[in-house]
This record gives sequence, structure tokens and C-alpha cells, in this order.
Amino acid sequence: MTTIVEDIRASARKLLEDKTVDCVIGFTEGSVPMQARPFFAYTPEETDLLTWNGFCTSNLANFLIKREGRNAILAQGCVSRNIVGLIQENQVNRDDVYILGVHSPGMLDPGKIKAAFAGRNILEVRENGQTLLVKGKDFEEEVSRKKFKRDNCYTCTHRNALIYDEFIGEQGKQTGGGDIDKVAAPWDKLDPDQRWQEFEEEFKDCIRCYACRNACPLCYCKVCFVDEHNPQWCGKTQDEPDIYTFHLLRAFHCAGRCTDCGACESACPVGIKMRRLTSKLEKDIRDKYDYQPGLDLESQPPMSVYRPDDPEIE
Amino acid sequence: MAEKILKKEELDDFVARLKSKYRIYAPLEKGGEWEWSEVEQGKDLTFDFFNSSLSPKKFFFPQTECLMHFRNDPHEEKGMLMEAEAGLDQPRLLFNIRPCDAKALTVLDKVFERDEESMDVYWKDKREKTVLIGLACTDPCPTCFCTSVNCGPHHEEGLDVLQVDLGDRLLLRGISEKGEQLLKDLDQAGTEDSQAAADQKKEAEGSITSGVEMDRIDSRQTLEVYDQAMWDRVYESCINCGTCTFYCPTCHCFDIQDETQGEYGRRVRNWDTCMSWLFTHHTSGHNPRGTKKDRVRQRFMHKFKYMPIKLEGSIGCVGCGRCTQRCPVNIDVRDVVNSMNEEHVE
Repeated sequence: MTTIVEDIRASARKLLEDKTVDCVIGFTEGSVPMQARPFFAYTPEETDLLTWNGFCTSNLANFLIKREGRNAILAQGCVSRNIVGLIQENQVNRDDVYILGVHSPGMLDPGKIKAAFAGRNILEVRENGQTLLVKGKDFEEEVSRKKFKRDNCYTCTHRNALIYDEFIGEQGKQTGGGDIDKVAAPWDKLDPDQRWQEFEEEFKDCIRCYACRNACPLCYCKVCFVDEHNPQWCGKTQDEPDIYTFHLLRAFHCAGRCTDCGACESACPVGIKMRRLTSKLEKDIRDKYDYQPGLDLESQPPMSVYRPDDPEIE
Repeated sequence: MAEKILKKEELDDFVARLKSKYRIYAPLEKGGEWEWSEVEQGKDLTFDFFNSSLSPKKFFFPQTECLMHFRNDPHEEKGMLMEAEAGLDQPRLLFNIRPCDAKALTVLDKVFERDEESMDVYWKDKREKTVLIGLACTDPCPTCFCTSVNCGPHHEEGLDVLQVDLGDRLLLRGISEKGEQLLKDLDQAGTEDSQAAADQKKEAEGSITSGVEMDRIDSRQTLEVYDQAMWDRVYESCINCGTCTFYCPTCHCFDIQDETQGEYGRRVRNWDTCMSWLFTHHTSGHNPRGTKKDRVRQRFMHKFKYMPIKLEGSIGCVGCGRCTQRCPVNIDVRDVVNSMNEEHVE
């Protein structure tokens, strides 16, 4: 039996050998524990460097945007849904992309692992089925993998790629097991004052590096509203209104488009849970429009269509 | 250089004495990370951390800093009125600053205090009013490579005092005159403690196993390094966020904005990042660093080629490893610099 990584490498190698694609977009081993690097293989030999594990937290669909040539891309459920979104929004041409579908193991949250081992130097984390082996200079501990999954992966609704040219490995369990509706909008039950307090507490440490925005495959605007300078819509300071404006507006721009892939939270260097805003919007879109983004190429994204019988039109 | 001893049980008294003069800050634990926070008492201090999440450069170069207020009233006879911001009202003391972060401040001094004409008064005021009590590293991180960029786990440059943790007590070495003054009431360290500190230095230096090579970067012409083929691969995974620059203790680029409302306004300086296209966008619409490759190359060229040329050999990196730890796509500064150095150039 071959492993998923061997299968990915074999498929990628064949695509490059046959010149079906110019490049295969995947991941390679990170240089430090608990990280993986997005990787671009151009030659059959380079496919030996491809990997696939729980630390592959970047959303690769992000790299398809404005990319030339014909590319193959490794995609689990959420990434495949973002590719669908990009095709629907005319950012990616379906014929130029070859999707290597995979099942998501449920990505890991290095922040949770670091917090559990606070003050200790982690030198290696090895995934072994349902457990993680965490190694340091003078310790070695086996912990349950489940405990350290990313928040969004617990409540994932589509772990298998939904659209693909080739599926690598076995189709696996489709959901993360958690109830998305129970956790999607934890602030809903609070009164407006408490809600604002929670919001401030969550976002106050933002350093405006824009890693969340830049890691997001929805954020492809040529000029983001925070970068507009003539006129400048949003201040550049660390003052609360400037920080909050950025996060609130960005979240709204994701309504009806966000697949809850979690790349924003994985990218954030200070550990902000921006899904507090986007998962609530995702739930609203599901409740009000009976729509989940990126499930197929045919459905119309609710925020991009005009209906003459829209109930809000007098 | 006097070496003194302070028992950890006496830290509370020591800190209390310092507090009569200084506002004291140190890295304190918060949710598994160590963040620079104000210290109320000596017993709050911890000594078994790696490094603070954000570097202490923000104490001297805040992410947002008001430079002045102004009023532009057309009816005011005196014309536009400008009001300078007051400097620090109380001296500060940074406890347990790591040697790499103190070294970074000396690199930034060369930028912000280059000469009298371009003296940055905001930086200078805070530097003059802040004392640095360093804490030597005993257990460097796997991402540390200070020893290969003119620094080290017991490096003293920029510090007023260097502490070495000896378990139940601290060895404190006065480095500047200001530092020696702070320690004058403490007991002299015995030869055994001095030896233990020296041994620890050797061990800490030995435990840093990764590094960067720069000999060929130094000897090559700038354009040769600039035109290397490796740049075509390095930038690919970069998402052009500002994480590396904001976490870096030596990155120092900023943007100045005037914020106005009616006749009132303020001039604010904010951290900026060379990873952003907007950073170099000209009014004309031209952008000299219009592509992601340009921007990624700039950051490494600036630190490892331009700065050493312009700042008498000072590298724009102290090997703290924060950029590598925090990068969302695992761009490892050591890999980049080593491939800048290794690549064969025709």
C-alpha cells in the first residue's frame, strides 16, 4: 500500500512528465516544526519534495489568482470550494487548472500545541494516525491529534474535494463531526454591549500585517479598500476605529463567498479568531439563502445575483 | 566590569527600589506567549521564557506615534499653529530584554541617530530615557542564529546590565556606567559564580546550531546578488503580508500621515512594510517595486547587502528568528540568505 504523499508525488510527476500542466502547486516540508511551505513543482524531479500533512494550513487556491500557464493544484474540500468561487468570479479559468482532489485530515493549530507546551522548546511534531508525537530536547509526549485541530476543521462540512480532475487516495469521512450551527455565532446570544466588548477583546491585538487578508483566496481586489489612498477610506494607525474598520469591512466582503477554510486564523501571527465574524456570516447565508459557497459550478452566489422579486425591493 | 549577585528572593526589593525612579517593563506570560508588559513587582518576573512575541522596538519606535498636533485656522493671525509632542515624562527600564533585541537597537541607532541633521528626536528621547537590563539566553530556540550575524546569546552590545540566570540567583554584569550605578549596592559575585556564568555562555553559544553564511554576499557586487536566479523561486510562496517586518526587531520603515478634521489635525507616524505594493507606489502611478518578487528581494537585499554597505558593516538582522517562527508560509530567512550566498554566479 502506498501513502497519500507517495500518491500525490506520483500523480504530480506524471502530470509534469506528460506536460499536462506547467506547474503543480502543493506543499513541501517546512524548515521548522509545525510548518509547511506552499511549493511549486515545475519538473518531475521537484515532485519528490511534495508533502501533505496537518500543517498544510495555507489555502492553495490563493496562489491560482493571476497565475499564468496551466497549473495543477492540490485541493481538499474547502480549497476546491474556493477554486469554484474563483471560477464563478472569473478569476480562474477552469480549463487552465487541473485539480488534484484530496481528503482533508483536519488541519492542526500550532498555536494550540505551543500553548499546551508553553515554555518548552518543541523540536519536532510527528503525526501518527490519531496521535501526535511532540518531541523536545528532553521530553517526548504522545497526545491526541483531535485536541489540536483548527477550530474550523472540527465543524467542517466538506472534507473531500468537491470538484477535481483526479482524486488522490481514498474519499474519507465528509464532516469534521462538530455542529457548525452550535459554534458559528457565539456572540449572537449576547446583548449589543457585551458583543462589542467581545469584539474589542478579540481584535485589539491586531498588528495590521494583513496576513489574514493576504492568505485569503477571496481577497484578490487589485486595490484593497484599506490600501485606497485617493481618497483614503481607512486610517493607517493602531487606533481602534482603524483596526475595527478593517476587520468589519473585510468580513462583510466575504459574505456568501467564505468557505470557512480557516486560512486567515492560521496565518494570523497574534492568534486572532477572525472567524468570529466570518463564521457568523457563513451561517447567516446558509440560514437566509440556503446557500453554501463553492459546492458546485452551477449555483448562483446569492450576493452576486439580482432578482426582480427580491423581497427587499419595494 | 563588575559582576554582582542578586538572590531571586531579593528581586522584589531590587525591583521596588528601581520602581521609585523607573517605569519597568518585562516579557510576562500571557496565554502561552511572552509579551512586553508593565511590571508591578519583582515576583512577577519570569526567567524561563524564550523571547517576547513582538520585539521591544515598539518602546522606541511605536507602531503608531503622534509626531505633532496642528491647527490651521484661516482667521488665525499667526497662521498655522504647530504643537510638538512632549517626550517621555518618566524614565523607563526594560527588564529581561534578550541580547539580540538590545543589539537590534544599536543597529537602529545608526539609522535614527545617523547625524545631527537627520537626528530622529522621537527615537532619541526614548533611547536616552530607557535603561536596558538584559537576560542572557540559556536555551536558544531552533530558529535562533544570532552567533552568525555579529550577535550571541550572551552578547552585551547595547545593554546597560547583562544578567545570567544561575538558578536561585542572578549574576549581574554592569556594562555601561548607568548599569554599574544600578548595581552598586549589590554583593560582589564570587569566582565560582563568575565561572558558572562563563560556562553557561559557552554552552549557550554551542547550542546554536543553525546559521547563515554571508562571505560571498559581502564580496560580490550588489547587482550580482540582485540578479541571482534564486529570487525567481524564493518569492513564490510569499503572500506579501507584513508579519516578518512587524515582528523584526530591526525593520524600521514607516509612513507619515496627516489626519485632519476641520481646522485641527495631527501628524502620525505608522509602521510600514516593504512587503506592501503601496509602500513604493509613486504619485505618478509608477511603482519601482511593482511585483512580489521585487518586494521579497528588497527585504533580504536591504538587510544583508545594502545595510552592511551603508552602515559600516552592520547587518539588518540579529538572528532572533521571529520572522521564521511567524511567517504564515514558512519563508525561512536562513534558507534565503544561504541561497543568496551559495548560488553560483557566472
